[in-house]
Amino acid sequence: MKPYELTIAQAVKEMAAGEFTAVELTESCLDRIEKIDKKLQAFITVDREGALSQAIAADKERSAGRVGALCGIPLSIKDLLCTKNVKTTCGSKILENYISPYDATVVDRIRKEGGVILGKVAMDEFAMGSTSETCAFGVPQNPVKSGYVTGGSSGGSAASVASLECLGSLGSDTGGSIRQPASLCGVVGMKPTYGRVSRFGLTAFASSLDQVGPLSRSVTDCATLMNVISAYDKKDSTSVRKATPDFTLSLKKGLDGVRVGIPLEYFKQGLDPEVERVVQNGIEVLRSGGAELVDISLPHTEYCVASYYLIASSEASSNLARYDGVIYGYRDQQADSLLDMYKQTRSKGFGAEVKRRILIGTYALSSGYYDAYYKKASQVRTLILGDYKKAYEKCDILISPVTPTPAWKIGENSDNPLAMYLSDILTISANLAGVPGLSVPGGFTGTGLPVGIQIQGDHFGEEKLIQAAYHLEQELNLELPPLDI
Amino acid sequence: MNITKKAVEHVANLARLTLSDEDLDVMTGQLNTILSYVDKLGELDTSKIKPTTHVFSVTNAFREDRVTESLSQEESLANAPLENGESFQVPKII
Repeated sequence: MKPYELTIAQAVKEMAAGEFTAVELTESCLDRIEKIDKKLQAFITVDREGALSQAIAADKERSAGRVGALCGIPLSIKDLLCTKNVKTTCGSKILENYISPYDATVVDRIRKEGGVILGKVAMDEFAMGSTSETCAFGVPQNPVKSGYVTGGSSGGSAASVASLECLGSLGSDTGGSIRQPASLCGVVGMKPTYGRVSRFGLTAFASSLDQVGPLSRSVTDCATLMNVISAYDKKDSTSVRKATPDFTLSLKKGLDGVRVGIPLEYFKQGLDPEVERVVQNGIEVLRSGGAELVDISLPHTEYCVASYYLIASSEASSNLARYDGVIYGYRDQQADSLLDMYKQTRSKGFGAEVKRRILIGTYALSSGYYDAYYKKASQVRTLILGDYKKAYEKCDILISPVTPTPAWKIGENSDNPLAMYLSDILTISANLAGVPGLSVPGGFTGTGLPVGIQIQGDHFGEEKLIQAAYHLEQELNLELPPLDI
Repeated sequence: MNITKKAVEHVANLARLTLSDEDLDVMTGQLNTILSYVDKLGELDTSKIKPTTHVFSVTNAFREDRVTESLSQEESLANAPLENGESFQVPKII
C-alpha cells in the first residue's frame, strides 16, 4: 500500500513504527494531488511549501517524544474555514485573494495535534449548493464516476478524501453539506451537535445552522478527528460548555440495547429503489447485530425544506452584508459613489445562487413579510425540533437514507433551484433541530455509485452514532470503490 | 404569494444588488417558484407555537473588559482593496 492510501489510524501506527516519516507521507499526498487534481478539481489552493514545513515540524516533534493525535497526518480543509497565510476564498470571486490573518479554532486545534494542512478544497460558493457546482474556481468531479457531482457543499472535502489525495478533511454542514457529499463519494462524514465544535473562523452562512465536522475514510478516523475538534471555545459564544468524551471508546461498544428508530417519512415516494435497498440492508445488519428496531414518525418532515430555505436564506442575507468592498475582498474600482461601489462590488463578486438566497432572505425579513416568512419558518422549526424530542423518547438513534438518489450528472439540476433544494430533504431537519448526523458508506448502486446510510442522534449523542456506524462498517466490510480519475 | 418584478428590484436594492433586465426576469420567475413552494408552511396552524431562532437558549456571553492581544493595524489593513496606511479608503460619501 502507498502511504497516501492509508487511513489516519493506519498511518499513525506506521509512522510510530518508523515505516515512513511525516515528510514522506506528505510528499506522497502532494504527488498524488499533482497527478490527479487537474481533472478532479478538489483543491482550490495547494500549499506545498506550508505542508512540507508542517511535516518537517511534525517529524521533529515526534523525535522529541511529543506525538499529537494527528502528528504528521495530511488533511484538506474546506475553503470556508480561515487559515492563516493561505487563501480562504469560500469558493467565491468576491474573496478570490482573501488571506485570513488568523486560523479558525478548529484549524488551530488540528495544528496543535501535529496535523499537516495540504491546502484548501472546493465548495459551493459560500456553501450554498448541493453539488459544489456553484464554486467559482472549477467544479470538482466525483472520484468514483467522472462527470458526476461530488455533492455539496463540502464536495472538495469528500472528493479529496475519496480519491486518496489526503487522509481526512474538515467540512461544514448547514443543511447536509458534510453528510450528502460523503454519501455521494463513499466516505464517512459527520455533522456534530450544534455547539459541540467551535465556529470561530468558519465563514458564516447561516449562523444558527452551521457546524464544522470531519470527513474520513473510516469511522475510527471520524472519531479521532472528532476528539481533536470538539471543545468549548470562548471565541464562539454559541459553543457549548460540555466535556468532550473520547469518541474512540464508542467504536467497539456493540449494539446491545440500542434502540434504532426508522423514520417512516424518510422512506416515502421519490426514494430511489437502489438507495432504499442499501439502507434496508443496513437496517437488517443493525437488527441482526442486536439492535431493537422501532418505527418512528417525524410528521413535519415535509415542511423542513420550506422552513430551512427561509431561515438559512434570511441568516445568509444578513451575514453576507459584510461583503461590501471596504475592508477586504473584491471591490469594483469604477464606481464613483459609495452606494454604487457597494452595488457593483456585490453584483460582480457574487454568483447567481448566492444572489438568489440573499434576495429570498432579504424579502423574508423585509417589513410586511417578516411574520409570513421568517417568523412562520421559525415556528415550524419548533415543530420539527419537537418531532425529534418525541422520537428520542422511543429510540436512541434514527437510521435513514442520506439523499433520495445517488450522485447525478454535473449540470443536471443546475437550472432548477427548487429541485436542487428538494434533494436536501433528508439532511436538513438535523440542522434545524441542531442534532448530530453521520453518513457512513452502505453500498453501491448497480452502476457502482456509492450510497451512504444516515444515522442521526439526540443532542450530544455522537457516541451512539459512532457506535452504530462502526458496527455497520465492520459488518458490511465494503471494499473501497474503484476510482475513475 | 406572488412577487412582482418591481418588488424583486426593490428587494435587490435593499440588498445592495443590481440585476440586469435578463437576470431580473429569471430571478423573478425563480423566486416565484420558490415562494409558492414555501407557502406550504401555511398548511400548519402555528398560532400558538413559539418561534425557534436558536436550538439552545443562548444568553449574552459576557467577558471581562480587559485588553488582550488583537490584530495589528498592518494585519487589519492587509486585505483592504484601498487603504492609506492607517485607514480604509472609500469613494466620497458626501
